[in-house]
Amino acid sequence: MKVWLTALLLALAAFSLQAGEAAPLAADEAAEKRLVDISSELRCLVCQNESLSGSHAELANDLRREIRTLIKDGKSDSEIMDFMVSRYGDFVRYRPPLKLTTLLLWFGPVLLLVGGLGALVLYLRRRNQAIVDTPLSTDEQGRADRLLNVKDQEQ
Amino acid sequence: MNRFLWPLVGFAVLVVLLAVGLSLDPRDVPSPLVGKPAPTFSLPQVAAPERNFSPKDMLGKVWLLNVWSTWCVSCRQEHPVLVEMAKTKTVTLVGLNYKEVRGDGELDADKIAPDAERKLALERSNAWLDKHGNPYLLSVLDLDGRVGIDYGVYGVPETYIIDKAGVIRMKHTGPISPDAFSGKILPLVTELSK
Repeated sequence: MKVWLTALLLALAAFSLQAGEAAPLAADEAAEKRLVDISSELRCLVCQNESLSGSHAELANDLRREIRTLIKDGKSDSEIMDFMVSRYGDFVRYRPPLKLTTLLLWFGPVLLLVGGLGALVLYLRRRNQAIVDTPLSTDEQGRADRLLNVKDQEQ
Repeated sequence: MNRFLWPLVGFAVLVVLLAVGLSLDPRDVPSPLVGKPAPTFSLPQVAAPERNFSPKDMLGKVWLLNVWSTWCVSCRQEHPVLVEMAKTKTVTLVGLNYKEVRGDGELDADKIAPDAERKLALERSNAWLDKHGNPYLLSVLDLDGRVGIDYGVYGVPETYIIDKAGVIRMKHTGPISPDAFSGKILPLVTELSK
């Protein structure tokens, strides 16, 4: 019994130690979640194929710290986004806004798809016209039947 | 004839697209700050830390804000060009020493106290300028990189051309080559100085 009690106490102690360590993050869980949400929408400019939330680059660290401060100051998500875009440009956003300069970026793939489908339809139609149905004459039909029958008997 | 022409046209278009794509530098991100007033700051000078410098001190002059650091390898590559540039006395250079201690991967900045960090940054940057030559009118110390963020700095070196009204007119990312200086920077500075 005593042994069990000691073990339980030790386990609890270990647990509370762990919990104590994680406290700073847990205390501001909502803010941390917002930080992750915002920073996964942003590109790290040092390693451009990584998001700001996933990057280990020095600048990403600085920018996450900056976003944390902005959250603490009570700034809204769109205000934080504006803060980043005003410094690093639309390129920093993974989902750039719809503008004249980004039209091709947004609609380019659709344009390619429509072009491809158009080309396919055109090709298929032309092919249909090119293939002319030429029925066999009775003589040819007879020859074909004979040939086919010979094959059947051989097997 | 058409049967062969169209694939050929498609191929040519593809080649052009790829050629353009390959010649673009993905690191050269257009700065939204071009055409906007240079973000304001007040930072201690490297040579005289008791004195602060602010961009408004340069109003009425055309000047270049060059972001550098002693740990930055490309800055060393760029430095001789800057020294030459300064000799011609055609451009005024102000240096922004960016994260001198914290940016150095070989130092653990968390273990250095703020006072010690400042002292170390001053020692390192002044020694570096003594050794390699000082092309700057003055340099300022951006220890935590906060001013760097306001200028949208994402890789050192970077250079901003600021006009008489304090508006950023151009941003150059990466080291300045002699060609970039004579071909891009000098003509713009001359134009703005008129």
